[in-house]
This record gives sequence, C-alpha cells and structure tokens, in this order.
Amino acid sequence: MLETQWQGYLRSDGRKGIRNLIVVVYTVECASFVAHAIARNEDDVHVIGFPGCYDNAYAIRQMLALITHPNVGACLAVGLGCEYTQPAKLADAAAASGRPAEWFYIQDAGGTNPGIARGKAALASLRARIAGVQKVPMGWSDLTIGAECGGSDGTSGLAGNPVVGKCFDLLVDRGGSAVFEEVVEMIGLRDVLRSRAAGPHASRQLESAYDKAEEYCRDVRQYSISPGNFAGGLTTIEEKSMGAFAKSGSRPIQGVVRVSEPLPHPGLWILDSVPDPHFMQFGYTNPNDSEGIIDLICAGAQMVLFITGRGSVIGSPIAPLIKVTGNSNTFSRMSDDMDFDAGAILDGRQTLDEAGLSLLMLVREVAAGRPSKPEALGHREYFLTYKHQQTPSLAAGCRA
Amino acid sequence: MTTELNPVAKSAIRINQADNVATLLDDVEAGSVTIRGPQPPLEIRAVEPIARGHKIALMSLEAGQPVVKFGVPIGLSTAPIQRGQWVHLHNCRSRLDQRSGTLDVKTGAATDTPYA
Repeated sequence: MLETQWQGYLRSDGRKGIRNLIVVVYTVECASFVAHAIARNEDDVHVIGFPGCYDNAYAIRQMLALITHPNVGACLAVGLGCEYTQPAKLADAAAASGRPAEWFYIQDAGGTNPGIARGKAALASLRARIAGVQKVPMGWSDLTIGAECGGSDGTSGLAGNPVVGKCFDLLVDRGGSAVFEEVVEMIGLRDVLRSRAAGPHASRQLESAYDKAEEYCRDVRQYSISPGNFAGGLTTIEEKSMGAFAKSGSRPIQGVVRVSEPLPHPGLWILDSVPDPHFMQFGYTNPNDSEGIIDLICAGAQMVLFITGRGSVIGSPIAPLIKVTGNSNTFSRMSDDMDFDAGAILDGRQTLDEAGLSLLMLVREVAAGRPSKPEALGHREYFLTYKHQQTPSLAAGCRA
Repeated sequence: MTTELNPVAKSAIRINQADNVATLLDDVEAGSVTIRGPQPPLEIRAVEPIARGHKIALMSLEAGQPVVKFGVPIGLSTAPIQRGQWVHLHNCRSRLDQRSGTLDVKTGAATDTPYA
C-alpha cells in the first residue's frame, strides 16, 4: 500500500505535477476583474495576481515560482498597460521553463469585453498546446507537501497537527519532501528547534530564523494568536507554538528556506516568511492563512495540508488544499469543507499511527487526481502582498 | 467511546509526563475527570466548570511557577493555582507576549484597545 505510484505530469526541470493547469496571472489590481472573467467556467484555469501598481521583488519572485510550479502547464499574463510589473517578462520566464505562455495588455486589447475575449482565445490555444504533455509514473519521492494551520482550537495541537506530523514522518521516510512555516508560531521554542536540527548548519539557520521572528513579534507587539484561539482554550503563544509545531512530526529539520526559494534537497524544511528589515517597513509576517498557503506553494508544494480546529472555508489555486481537523464536531458541522477527521485519535477510534497512515492514503488519492473538498467546491483563494526578504537568487532590481 | 456512553466519566489528555496541566476533551462541571496520556489513567476532581479544549491543573502551583504542557513551559502562573482548577488567562501569562494578561478570560478579546 505504501509502495505506490500514480501518473503525474513531467516538467522540463524534472519536477512532476499532480495537476496540469493553466494559470492566469495579473500584474495589477486594475487587471484583476478581466483576469477572473477570463478564468470563469474554465475548470483547469486558476488565477493569481499582485494588486500593487508599484512593483516589488518579493511578489515578483512569488509570481515566477507560481507560474513555473510543477502543477502548472501553461501561463497567461494579463496587465492593464501602465503598471510597473511587466506581464511580458512573466510570460518570458514561463516560456523559458518550457511552458507555453502568452500575455497582453487590456488597454491594447480594447477594454473589458475585448480583453476577456482575447484571454479566452489564448486559453483555448494554450490548452491545446499542453494536452500532450508527457505523463509519467510518480511516487512519494516526487512529492512535496506543505502544512499550514489556521483557526486553531484546543484540538489542533492534540490531534490535527500531530496527525499531519505523523503523515510528514511517513512521507520523509519514503524520500519525499515536507515543508511547514509560521516561524512566528514557534515563539518560545528556541531550544526545541535546535534539538531538531539535522546538523550544525541547519541549527544556525533555525536559530537565526527564530531570533528574527521573536524580535519581529516584540517590535510590532503582535504574536500570532487571536481571540478565537483564547476562547478555544489556548492561553499563551508558547502553548499555541508547541501545538502548531506538532505538525512538523519528528524527523530532523534540514534547514530554512525563504519565500519562493526551492527546497535544496528532500526531507523536512522550515519556510521563513517573516519580513527582513527594509526602509519601507512593509509586510506583516502572516497577514492571513491564504498568504501562508501561497508561500508553501511557491516552495514547490504540489499539495498543502491545512489544519483547522474551528473550521475554515478557504482553498488554494495551483496546489490542492486538504483540510484536516482535530475536532470531530467541526468535521460533521462543516462536512462539505473538511477532508479528514483527526479527532478520531482523541476518542480512541484510531491511534496516531493509524490516522497518519490514513491521511497519507488520502494524500495519495488527491495526488492521483481525486479533487480535495475545497478544490471540488471551487475555492481558489490567494494573497500576494508587498514584503521584503533578502533573497539573493534573483538579480537585484525592482526596488529589492 | 466510553466517555460518550458514561456521561459521568469526563476525560482530559496529559501529553507529556512532565506536564502539570491536562487538556479537557469534554466540557466538565465540578467533579471527577479521567486523565489519559503516557501514564496509566488517573482520576482527579475538577473544582470548577471547565470547557472542552481548556486546561485543568494536575497539581497545585504557587504564583510565578512554570505551567508545563507538551513537556515545555507554556507560561507562568500569575496566582496560586490549586489542583483541579481551570488554568487560563486569569491565572497564567505568556513569558513573551505582553498583552496576554489583558485579555478577557471568557472571550479572549483584547481589553486594552480604546473604541471611543
């Protein structure tokens, strides 16, 4: 059962996708209406975009990571025509990665309706060009899975997150990659983090990411805990941190990657999405759950596990979101939205090991093409925003 | 499932044997609670009503002592806490988050933000 393969889509960089999507990317809020209208009633077309007119290197790195994601086969970039961010350059980058790509400006196309018509025509052409993409066998070692939590309650740290952690252990032991973020939800856990480092280099990366996050939280006087968390029984950020950290499982942490950086090799990784100091001082670390999920997808996750005790009704573009809850009441109350009931381990219906394995089997089904609940409902929420991180991999420019 | 068959037997989970609090799996009135976890089940008496997901003290604490869950300190007691008492915002604070002592104990809402 665990030695399994399914069919995936081979990309030119060797990565494999579990979906073959067309992504429409818009380069300013002014183009967002037309972009969404182009994608309407097109099941294999997802939309992302950046609202700002003034460009931002961090957001551009995100868009580049998303339009060259393994689940994406083709790209259509849509601009208004006067913004800083260049749709032509995005389309060029997608084309350079071996993906069919087109772009246009709505001002040149003649406005809303001609723009929509131009986009719909582009989709038909792109779809025809990716219909023959090579399908290849795919297994655990080709998979990267992200984990994020939101709307946590007292069950998240007891059931939802530990079951995801167990699923991560099983994936990593089979050569796969796992990535989780929310360093601001590791506050209070400096020693715990160090004890999990795979080696001295990883340990230094973890300490540095931790120290930056704690300083950030102290400076802005905001910790990643909300009234709903307190009402649900969590008392301090340290308590929430330990519960959130349970989703990492028990395997060594290979190191820290920043937003839009690929994972250097398989294994378990932490994603640091906390802003670095910058003269603009922009960027809240975790403005909402959708932003964190997008960060994990930018790291190459083909699928994301989202743990929510209280319940949530978001999904994600590009990589399917699987909703896990440790609260069986939430699971039955929001059954159309929830994929997996980890609450079974609290009343003794399943052991942690059994639940981790069942979740991995669900991951396999979704990887093989079964839509997750949010995916089937059409949820495609995303959030790209101004932020700054010192990430050296791209040539400087665009007010890095 | 026995917790559902017998409404009297309420339960809570102690995650690590070093923990001095356990997390309630059921809403409890004052009365007996079964503590499950890495050690053999233990009965303790809740001295007040405690909601599901909230914490019960497994031993008495002086003010200023670490509250331990998951085997690590999750905060400090701000008042004496007796065994069986509810442990939350009214008697436990973060060692880092300065606002944690200002929150409404029932709703968790901030009380230090002016609305007028």
